[in-house]
This record gives sequence, structure tokens and C-alpha cells, in this order.
Amino acid sequence: MRNIIAIADRELRAYFSSPIAYIIIGFFLLPFGVFFYLYLAAFVRQGLQQAQFGGAMNINQNVIRYVLQNASVIILFIMPMITMRTYSEEKRSGTIELLLTSPLTDVEIILGKFFGALGLYIAMLSVTLPYMGILFYYGNPEWRPLVAAYLGLLLMGGAFVSLGLLISSTTNNQIVAGIVSFVVFLLLWIVGWFADSAGPTIGPITSWLSITEHFDDFSKGIIDTKHVLYYLSLITFGLFLTAKSVDTERWRG
Amino acid sequence: MIEVQHLTKRYGRVTAVDDVSFRVEPGEILGFLGPNGAGKTTTMRILTGYMPATEGRATVAGYDVFTHPIEAKRRTGYLPETPPLYPDMTVREYLDFVARIKGVPAGERKSRVDAVMKRTHVDDMAARACGKLSKGYRQRVGLAQAIIHNPEVLILDEPTAGLDPKQIIETRDLIRSLAGSHTIVLSTHILPEVSQTCQRVVIINKGRVVAVDTPDNLTARLRGAETLYVQVDAGGADAGAALAGLAGVTRVAPADMRSGSGAFEVQSEHGRDIRREISREIVTRGWGLLELRPMRISLEEVFLQVTTEELPQPPPGGEPVLSEGAARAEGEAPRA
Repeated sequence: MRNIIAIADRELRAYFSSPIAYIIIGFFLLPFGVFFYLYLAAFVRQGLQQAQFGGAMNINQNVIRYVLQNASVIILFIMPMITMRTYSEEKRSGTIELLLTSPLTDVEIILGKFFGALGLYIAMLSVTLPYMGILFYYGNPEWRPLVAAYLGLLLMGGAFVSLGLLISSTTNNQIVAGIVSFVVFLLLWIVGWFADSAGPTIGPITSWLSITEHFDDFSKGIIDTKHVLYYLSLITFGLFLTAKSVDTERWRG
Repeated sequence: MIEVQHLTKRYGRVTAVDDVSFRVEPGEILGFLGPNGAGKTTTMRILTGYMPATEGRATVAGYDVFTHPIEAKRRTGYLPETPPLYPDMTVREYLDFVARIKGVPAGERKSRVDAVMKRTHVDDMAARACGKLSKGYRQRVGLAQAIIHNPEVLILDEPTAGLDPKQIIETRDLIRSLAGSHTIVLSTHILPEVSQTCQRVVIINKGRVVAVDTPDNLTARLRGAETLYVQVDAGGADAGAALAGLAGVTRVAPADMRSGSGAFEVQSEHGRDIRREISREIVTRGWGLLELRPMRISLEEVFLQVTTEELPQPPPGGEPVLSEGAARAEGEAPRA
């Protein structure tokens, strides 16, 4: 546990002592802010119209849900930047030799890296909380669906990190790791689009595979164990294969 | 302290290390010598638990590196060929991180970091980012991280590579001062380094151990025929011809390009000491004997011989004479 924290701490420091963390968070906040403004402006406009007919609108369902759904797509684009250097950079610079010859287990190193990258991701998500604060200040959204949605984002991010770690562990070129991660994440997103056209047998499978599809219920404020399980198993799967990949690399030299 | 038995490492079809066995006693400095690609780094990586061997066993400080890697690694300090530095971290941050993952207790960490920085002379760069250090400082920070947890065994892959002469001397002194309390294996291709720092040498070539011995014995063992350096003041007479006429002399060649210096290289039959005959001959002729000494065969020559052909077995009878010559040659090292 002590070792995992040591590695995670170093990873997190490395992000913040270089421009990487700031660029990533900046790149995330820019489109996030745009979406937030667009949905909120639309909500206010529609709200005024609805009020004339006596109807009420739900800020959770009409703003937060859509903003976070769009955020999940931005996250998909940004995640490769977080994970691409985790292993490949250490392999290229030779610092992996320090880690592998220190009294650490592979699992400790992998979990340390996982939580380090997840730490940056959490920092990135926490910067969006002031936006939600604005909604709470001027409106009265419900906090429980919001918590569910952020839990969903966290789980989805964990799944991306673990897959990104796996891809990074297979190469010593971080550009390659970044591009491959990006393509894989993209495929895991668009595979859901085939759900409608693929027919009754393939359709559910493709929609089940889609990493962002599982976030849908979270964004509505529903915590379904089915989706929690999906993300947790994806995280475990990614970390397990990373361990195998690191071990294989060690045997091959 | 370190025991390596029949270690073999194959990468696919390429055999990098082939049935290597050796022992290192506690407190000893063992030199690992070999041309590039001989398998030095691979052997060291196996010893440090970086990669497993295909066959064979290796024990470090009593722990098998395959079955008890954590225990073995806790007792090993390793400086890889390129010092494993994180460019964004300062020297102090970096050493603190290494101390953490090597299991130095939190309370002792700061004093350990300070101590190793002082010992390796990097304390003036404590706040500098590792990526901005010069080659010499990187190498020394690499050495600092290897000794930070006060390991019983130190494995150093070319510790003086890229250093300037002053730093090389400092590093060698540091390594020598670490011996005794630490067992050290160091690899190098700088041959004088081996004779200056190491008590024993393993010469490895194409993955195989070709020689294990002390530097002195190695140079002595490899002296095929005896060669003597003789300088005579013959007063214009042909001293070369006179020397060639002696019994046991196989070849006489002028040792100096300038003619008339009276210096010759005299080769004798294997294992035969003809220094007495030579001095007697010169004295009876009434010439002046200015110099008579065995020619030193350098470790460079040993290395070249050993890595290009099989090591000849020492002749059983000739051993004492050879050792004597080697001791003498060692004493004359600065002159040679």
C-alpha cells in the first residue's frame, strides 16, 4: 500500500511539474464550458416558454445530463493524453529499470500508475464542480442524481485509464501509445452507433460493448449495478492484461 | 554473497548469456570485463531481478532472485547503464522517491538522502532538475540512488562511463571506500579501471566466461613466452648478437627505434628465467647493465588474447616465476 502511494504520488507530481496536467485540464474545460453555456442558455429560453403554459422543467434532466454526456465524449478524446506516457516513457528513458529492480511487485507498480493517472483525471473532473455550484446557487437541482453522474464519470475514467495503461505498456513510443489508445477509445464509443442498425442479435452486443453507452444511465442519475459491474470488470481486465504485458516484456527482455 | 550457477539467457534464438557461473565473496569488488554485447548487462539485469534467466540459478545475499525477488532486491543497489533519472524531478525529490520505494523508513529518509548526496558530491545540485544535469552529475546521482538504502550488494553497470578524469578518480575512490561493507560487481570496458579497483576479474565473451582470476594472475598467466627488457651500455659493441647467442634466448629485437640506445627486447623459452645468464654475460664482457626487467603485458593485451582465442592453461611448473614477474610488473605500473 505504501509503495502504491509512493508511485501514484510520483506520477501525479510528474503531471503537475510539467505542462501536461495544465494543458489537459485546459483542453477539457474549454469545450466543457461551451457545452455548459449552450445547454444552460437553451434551458433558460425553453424554461421561459414552458412557464407560459404552466409547465416546469427539470434542470437535472435538461442541463446536467446533457452536459455530462457530452463531457464523456470530451473525456474520451483527452484520456489518451493522460495515459500514453505512463509506461512507454519509463521504458524509453530507462527508469523502468529502477522500478523493476526495486523491492516492488508488478501489481504495486501498476496500481500506483493507475491511481496516479486517475488522480489527474479526478483533478480534471473537480474543476467542473464550480459549474455545478452555479446551478445550485441560482437554481435548485437535486444533488443525488449529480453524485450518481460523477460516480459514473469516475468509473468510466477508470476504465479508460486501465485500457490506456495496457496500451502504453506494450510500446516504448508514447506517440504510438497515444494514437492506438485514441483509436481504441473511439471504436469503443462508435461501436454503440451500430446498435440500431445491426439487428436484434448483434445490436444489444454492440451497444453493450460501447464504453460511453453505459454512462447513459449514470447521467440520468441512475446507479445500475449492471453498469457498475461493466466498468469494474473492464478496469480489472485492463489491469490484469497490463500485468501480463509487463511480465511478458520482462521475459523477452 | 553472490552466487551464479549455470546462468543462461536466450532471446529467441540468440544466446546472450551461456552457462555463466561465478561467486563473489562478501566485501569483494568483482570486475566484469568484456567487449560490447558480451552479455555483461544481461547478467547484471538477471542478478538485479530485472529479467529472469532462461536457465540456471542466481542468489544474492542468500536469496534466490527468482523465488524471493523482493528480499533479494531489498539488499541490492543497481546502477544501470543509463542512470534511471526522472527529468522533471529535482535531485532531492528523486532520491527521496527512490528511498521511499526501496523501503527506507520515513523517519530516516531525509538523513539518508543528505548522506548519500554528500558522499557522491551532488549536494550542490540538490535543487536542480535531474534532466538539466551534466553527464557526470547524472552518473553520480545514479550512484547515489544505488546506495541510498545501504544495500549489501551493489551492481554497477559501467559506473565511470562519461565522466571526466577527475570524476573517474573520485568515483573509483568512492567505490573502493564502499567495498568491505558492500559487495560490489562492476562492469566496465576501461581496462585500467579493473586493475585499479577490482580484486577479481571475470572476463566474459559471447556470453561465456573465458577467465576468472585476479588482475595480476591474469596478466601473468597470459604471458606466453617470457620477454625481458634489457638496456646495455656496450660501448659500441654488438650487444644484440651477444644476447642472441645465449642459451634459451629465442629472439632479440631492438626495443627502441633509435639505433645505438642499447635497449633490447629479449624473448626466452617458455617458463625459463634467463635473467641471471644475461646479467652474467654482460658483466663478464665488461659492459654496463643499465636496466633489466620483465616486460609488462597489459590487461589490454590479455583482454584481446582472451576474447579472440581460448585461454591457454598455465604450465604447471612455470607458475611461481610468473607470479613473481607479475608482482614486479605491478610495482612498475606507473612507468609502463
